[in-house]
Amino acid sequence: MSELLLQPQHRYAKIIENTRNEDGSELSILNLGPTHPATHGIFQNILLMDGERIVDAEPTIGYIHRAFEKIAENRPFYQINVLTDRMNYCSSPINNMAWWMTVEKLLKIEVPKRAQYLRVIVMELARITDHLICNSILGVDTGAYTGFLYVFQFREKVYEIYEEICGARLTTNMGRIGGFEREWSEEAFKKLDVFLEEFPVAWKEFENLFVRNRIFIDRTVNVGSITAEDAMQYGLTGPNLRGAGIDYDVRKAQPYSSYEDFEFDVPVGQSGDTYDRFCVRNAEVWESLSIIRQALAKLPEGPIHADVPDYYLPPKEEVYTNMEALIYHFKIVMGEVPVPVDEIYHAVEGGNGELGFYLITDGSRTPYRLHFRRPCFIYYQAYTEMIKGTMLSDAIVILSSLNVIAGELDA
Amino acid sequence: MALETTYIQENLTKKFGNNVLNFGMKRDVFSFEATSQTVHEVIQTLKEDESLNFHFLTDICGVHFPDNDENQQFAVVYHLHNWIENIRIRVTTFLNGDNPEVPTTIDLFKSANWMERETWDFYGINFIGHPQLKRILNMEEMVSHPMRKEFPLEDSGRTDKDDRFFGRTKSNK
Amino acid sequence: MENKPNIVAPPEGVVGEGFFATKLNDVVGLARANSLWPLPFATSCCGIEFMATMASHYDLARFGSERVSFSPRQADMLMVMGTISKKMAPILRQVYEQMSEPRWVIAVGACASSGGVFDTYSVLQGIDKVIPVDVYVPGCPPRPEQIVDGVMQLQELVKNESVRRRNSDEYKELLASYNL
Repeated sequence: MSELLLQPQHRYAKIIENTRNEDGSELSILNLGPTHPATHGIFQNILLMDGERIVDAEPTIGYIHRAFEKIAENRPFYQINVLTDRMNYCSSPINNMAWWMTVEKLLKIEVPKRAQYLRVIVMELARITDHLICNSILGVDTGAYTGFLYVFQFREKVYEIYEEICGARLTTNMGRIGGFEREWSEEAFKKLDVFLEEFPVAWKEFENLFVRNRIFIDRTVNVGSITAEDAMQYGLTGPNLRGAGIDYDVRKAQPYSSYEDFEFDVPVGQSGDTYDRFCVRNAEVWESLSIIRQALAKLPEGPIHADVPDYYLPPKEEVYTNMEALIYHFKIVMGEVPVPVDEIYHAVEGGNGELGFYLITDGSRTPYRLHFRRPCFIYYQAYTEMIKGTMLSDAIVILSSLNVIAGELDA
Repeated sequence: MALETTYIQENLTKKFGNNVLNFGMKRDVFSFEATSQTVHEVIQTLKEDESLNFHFLTDICGVHFPDNDENQQFAVVYHLHNWIENIRIRVTTFLNGDNPEVPTTIDLFKSANWMERETWDFYGINFIGHPQLKRILNMEEMVSHPMRKEFPLEDSGRTDKDDRFFGRTKSNK
Repeated sequence: MENKPNIVAPPEGVVGEGFFATKLNDVVGLARANSLWPLPFATSCCGIEFMATMASHYDLARFGSERVSFSPRQADMLMVMGTISKKMAPILRQVYEQMSEPRWVIAVGACASSGGVFDTYSVLQGIDKVIPVDVYVPGCPPRPEQIVDGVMQLQELVKNESVRRRNSDEYKELLASYNL
């Protein structure tokens, strides 16, 4: 057990020996350990504290490192989708669709409009659920448990919609190369309509609980501010960057999957503090709802997947009766599909920012190198700077406002 | 004035001559290679030159090419992005197989800190000048660099796997 | 129409005027089973399904798990939800060691049960490599109903155990095999 205790030659121990405050008190070390009720996931921060104020922090991550990039080098393209689910597991459809878009970019496949609009709907739904969790957990961390329970009920409704589409609740494994695996049922659209009616009411109530709440404002305004310049330097993207005032959104900068057909605003904050990040996420939920409504209104008829028999499994009835379909099925499953040798970088706007996939292929059925540009990993570096000088309870609030998801952090 | 890829190419070749090569559009990202001695200055130019202004570091990652010749075994790939002109650029630098090292870009971009630690952790590429180059995702006691191609995916110390179920026979193990 | 509350049935015993005679094991088992305070050791995706289980739709609090304890010393059952990597294994072990008897462990999800999808160099292939496990709940992630089912299975186990399980030879052997 002693190997987990702080070694005396740790640099913090030396700092403590050498500094002493004017009133004789000395600094102390606090281990905000990997298992902690308030950290959302397992990452450790060793804090050097002066009473209640944090002087310095040393983060340690990697407690849930599952070697995704190494696994991806040994799996065919359609099996990597299962891995992408488990990165940002609060909004797994976004990761899934991002991976399929990367593969379609590699194989130069044109996805039909209907599938693109359906992808937009499911990605925006996932973004709503991601922001829902983040904001309600931020409420829990400031002491307000009710908002969480109330709004989580709607996450259950979204889970039901995912079940209608793909069968799973959380780790959805949705979609295929070129589109979707099956047409969305009537039930899915009905549930979506019911959701679009009921959720805005609940979200308005949730906002009312927090946005003008004196206690919440005291806990979050001017806490964990980051300037726009620093935000860019530290590689922040997504709502954290937009809270600091920069309106970089991959959906607007490099639109994918027909995002250019929809009209939506990109909300930005002013001071980059926790309150601004909270409000930016709130506003993004409203924008996502509007995008879903636009997509449903303009949803075109047509096939739900591209006509690429080389990569898209034929329906099972045809496999049993039609020779060509049998051959395609065999080739896809055994991995004899034509894969070009290429180098692709594709980015989408995930729940936390720019989620990028850097793919190098060498013609075989598995990638040669797949690197995930994970937004959480990159912006968590800024956390150390953000908490210097704040109190311990502020550090917890800042952490939950950054929406660090351990699966994406370590991958 | 929109930033043209020809302008980037001319600007860089004027400054660095033969140290930047293989310019081209790889699908939708303009990519080129730089030698490991000059890659830091190249990225500094890309960032600080007023007309280029690639102010955002999107990603740093490493790649291992064991089949290449000696001096091209490892590669470090930098992705940069200019939000104002909305252009991405990719800089690749190839490193020696026995002793891969490249200067750190942490003085230019603070987000390079952990990305370089991750690359060190996975590939063993030394970033000269990094303040705290130690493992970040794997355990600190680990000696090998797991993303290198010779390192196996599965844990070889396991005794409970029955090879018959994994299709491994004595001949193809 | 009256709504009678659904309370747990009493154990077998002899009822009389002002007394109820039964075995001590049964009463203690009943008390323990219906008041299991979990320690949610949530690491990844299964943790989100646990949040769904604790939320109002599936409500684990009905089964006695009203107070989730994050301190191991105050918890009865350790619910390990999510992938445990080799870096995390000593910490899991330390948390388990700190729990005082009686303690039970539920491994929720495929990753905690056996490593799951991640057959890699960095993932512990099942938490039963480091701590003894009572109930395994498979799934990736398991539905909240499955997690509740796992807790109910644990309740059955707890009801039928002896009061001082920790003193039995079997248990001591089990712990010794884990070097605990």
